[in-house]
Amino acid sequence: MTRRRVAVSGIGVVAPGGIGAGQFWDLLSQGRTATRRISLFDPEGLRSQIAAECDFDPAAHGLDAGTVEQCDRYIQFARVAAAEAVRDAGLDPAREDPWRVGATLGTAVGGTTRLEHDYVLVSERGSRWDVDDRRAGPALHRAFAPSTLASSVAEQFGVHGPVQTVSTGCTSGLDAVGYAYHTVAEGRADVCVAGAADSPISPITMACFDAIKATSPNNDDPAHASRPFDADRNGFVMGEGAAVLVLEDLEHARARGAEVYCEIGGYATFGNAHHMTGLTKEGLEMARAIDAALDQARLDGTAVDYVNAHGSGTLQNDRHETAAVKRSLGAHAYATPMSSIKSMVGHSLGAIGAIELVACVLALKHQVVPPTANYTTPDPECDLDYVPRTARERTLRTVLSVGSGFGGFQSAVVLTGTGTRGGRP
Amino acid sequence: MRERRRDPRHRGAAVTGLGVVSPHGVGAEPFWKMTADGTSSLTRLGRDGCENYPLKVAGEVRGFDPAALIEETYLVQTDRFTHFALTAAQLALDDARWGPADAASPYSVGVVTAAGSGGGEFGQRELQNLWGQGPRHVGPYQSIAWFYAASTGQISIRNDFKGPCGVVAGDEAGGLDALAHAARTVRRGTDTVVVGATEAPLAPYSIVCQLGYPELSRSGDPGGAYRPFTSAACGFAPAEGGAVLLLEEERTARERGAEVRATVAGHGATFTGASRWAESRAGLARAITTALAEADCRPEEVDVVFADALGVPEADRAEALALADALGPHARRVPVTAPKTGTGRAYCAAPVLDAATAVLAMEHGLVPPTPNVLDICHDLALVTGRAHPAELRTALILSRGLMGLNSALVLRRSAASSSHRRSTLV
Repeated sequence: MTRRRVAVSGIGVVAPGGIGAGQFWDLLSQGRTATRRISLFDPEGLRSQIAAECDFDPAAHGLDAGTVEQCDRYIQFARVAAAEAVRDAGLDPAREDPWRVGATLGTAVGGTTRLEHDYVLVSERGSRWDVDDRRAGPALHRAFAPSTLASSVAEQFGVHGPVQTVSTGCTSGLDAVGYAYHTVAEGRADVCVAGAADSPISPITMACFDAIKATSPNNDDPAHASRPFDADRNGFVMGEGAAVLVLEDLEHARARGAEVYCEIGGYATFGNAHHMTGLTKEGLEMARAIDAALDQARLDGTAVDYVNAHGSGTLQNDRHETAAVKRSLGAHAYATPMSSIKSMVGHSLGAIGAIELVACVLALKHQVVPPTANYTTPDPECDLDYVPRTARERTLRTVLSVGSGFGGFQSAVVLTGTGTRGGRP
Repeated sequence: MRERRRDPRHRGAAVTGLGVVSPHGVGAEPFWKMTADGTSSLTRLGRDGCENYPLKVAGEVRGFDPAALIEETYLVQTDRFTHFALTAAQLALDDARWGPADAASPYSVGVVTAAGSGGGEFGQRELQNLWGQGPRHVGPYQSIAWFYAASTGQISIRNDFKGPCGVVAGDEAGGLDALAHAARTVRRGTDTVVVGATEAPLAPYSIVCQLGYPELSRSGDPGGAYRPFTSAACGFAPAEGGAVLLLEEERTARERGAEVRATVAGHGATFTGASRWAESRAGLARAITTALAEADCRPEEVDVVFADALGVPEADRAEALALADALGPHARRVPVTAPKTGTGRAYCAAPVLDAATAVLAMEHGLVPPTPNVLDICHDLALVTGRAHPAELRTALILSRGLMGLNSALVLRRSAASSSHRRSTLV
């Protein structure tokens, strides 16, 4: 199949501790953490009572009361991130052929927060199976349908091209961007608004991760609770947020005089066919995804200048991922910085893959590798360079971002570029 | 485009197996028999706890015993929608006579599903545990049973399929987008993709969630609840169930001796806004035109149309006009059908079921009718009453979603397809 070159021409982000790319990059480059005791509801009784929350005032970001009523929190995040990204790209949707502009957004748990909120009302706090429909809120059907996410973002810009919601659990963000990449590369759209959003900090989602002890119980020290690759890590810290990238046919971007950040060099995903929540020690499937994504970019492992890790902070993830990166990059893995921003912004399930890609774009732009916060004690089985606590200047041309998710999914995206916004890749 | 198909490097996506779990029954054979006969399986909703809702009629899968079909380890950690998916996937593999020995490597087999409602019954049970009894009563499988990716993950794990895995959480049209995504995955280099959609949205809380859709039929009469293209149209009846197809790279399929039953020839997708049905006319027409162009297919070559048939007057009108816009004068002659009026609309699964029906219809040379629909009020050759015999080589399948997606898919019968199934099934 012939492929067109696909550029990233704009970015936007709503992340804990950083709404907007500027604040977000300040947080990451300073190695600060945005994890804290949960304030969105009373977490008493939960094993993990901490999360990375967004201090988000929808009105301050231009969302009117009607939009707030209609759109769940995760969609509000997505709309704010998308507005920033489109503005950043200098794209005027009204001047584009609407049939040639698409939107692909990822989410893992979609409208769960509103689904749970209304459930409590209609079930009278879990007291009846035949729940009472008369107590349901007016936007419940929109929360029920995950396609509301991409639909809402598409309506925001009046686009008429291919629109899709992608939902592959914790790789949703990478997979949504990958889906959009194919849409543009293979010519079905010239521009695609691509990203992901989740707002999973609700009792049911916290409780279901409690049940499998996937989340950190470091309730006494929330600021230092998310400890990817550190010997003392004990699970991930829940997060929330959204990020959006404007993907654009490179020729289309050039024709409208747009400056671009970088290109999507390649994307691949595989299943591990092993376990819905478990990972192998060998990391074969993630390595295969990395190899395939690099191969599409016509690069080998030695070209990678920075690995943005999945780095969730579970023991099995950190070892799985370390093994996978070594398998793909060989000896070069030891010379390559690899960090996890989940140490700072938590793990926002489906959203985080897109948030991490925005971090990668910013790393290329600033030629700075963000650190792994809280990393103090090495794990002998995780012996790569995890960029402890302090950001690092580095010449970056090729950046790899990887993700693992429930279902056994392993995804990889390669970004290539000169690293300066004005540069032509 | 014709040159592309002669290109020896071109990888075509062939349908080699069908797995169906629907209100008409489990398996493609009972499904086709009921479909060809024009039988309706819509009934008064009888699910526990659902007796008093304004939704009265739906398509329920009856007589489905997951314990007889799926191992206990998978059963306990999955919702009914994944039970359907695991079953339909196995049926599709069996139907294609595909076995693990046919995989060049685990990485050569991918899995793509569409999911629009998730594991609602499982989720409601765990919500009840949480809010009725407390967080320690939430079970360990909630995190993997409720989410939209459950079926793709479990099909991958149960069968050791390590190829590209995908999940589109689309509205109805997402089912066709999943088929197209799978076909593109084949074109990009994966030999085999298990693709489909199943839904189980008939648990009490899931129904309460759907009641906000203005398009939902509230009729209490199973024969009258879902009557698209008529002046009595009053919305759609929801359903559960779905279908899974086995797609294989065409040459690879032939080399292993599989029967190529149809090829995925073209797809188009557009967006025109949630519940903006008048606008869907332009969106659907554009999707059809795009799909036909990709299939290198002239409008006159379309032998049968499987309509979206929402059952909302404004939407039905938009669909009829979209066909006229995209197919020209041929739109008034080509047989159009909507067999889903006999099963209800199982969200993402509805158009996948239509794709399976299209393959069967082409094999049997028979356009199945549109149950419960008579006296249509649009300028379409809608097949009603009895099935209509016709030589069918090209099928156009249409779908629109409640959140605004429009999709069109072109399936073509392979020149080398045999029609031996015709004598055995009808």
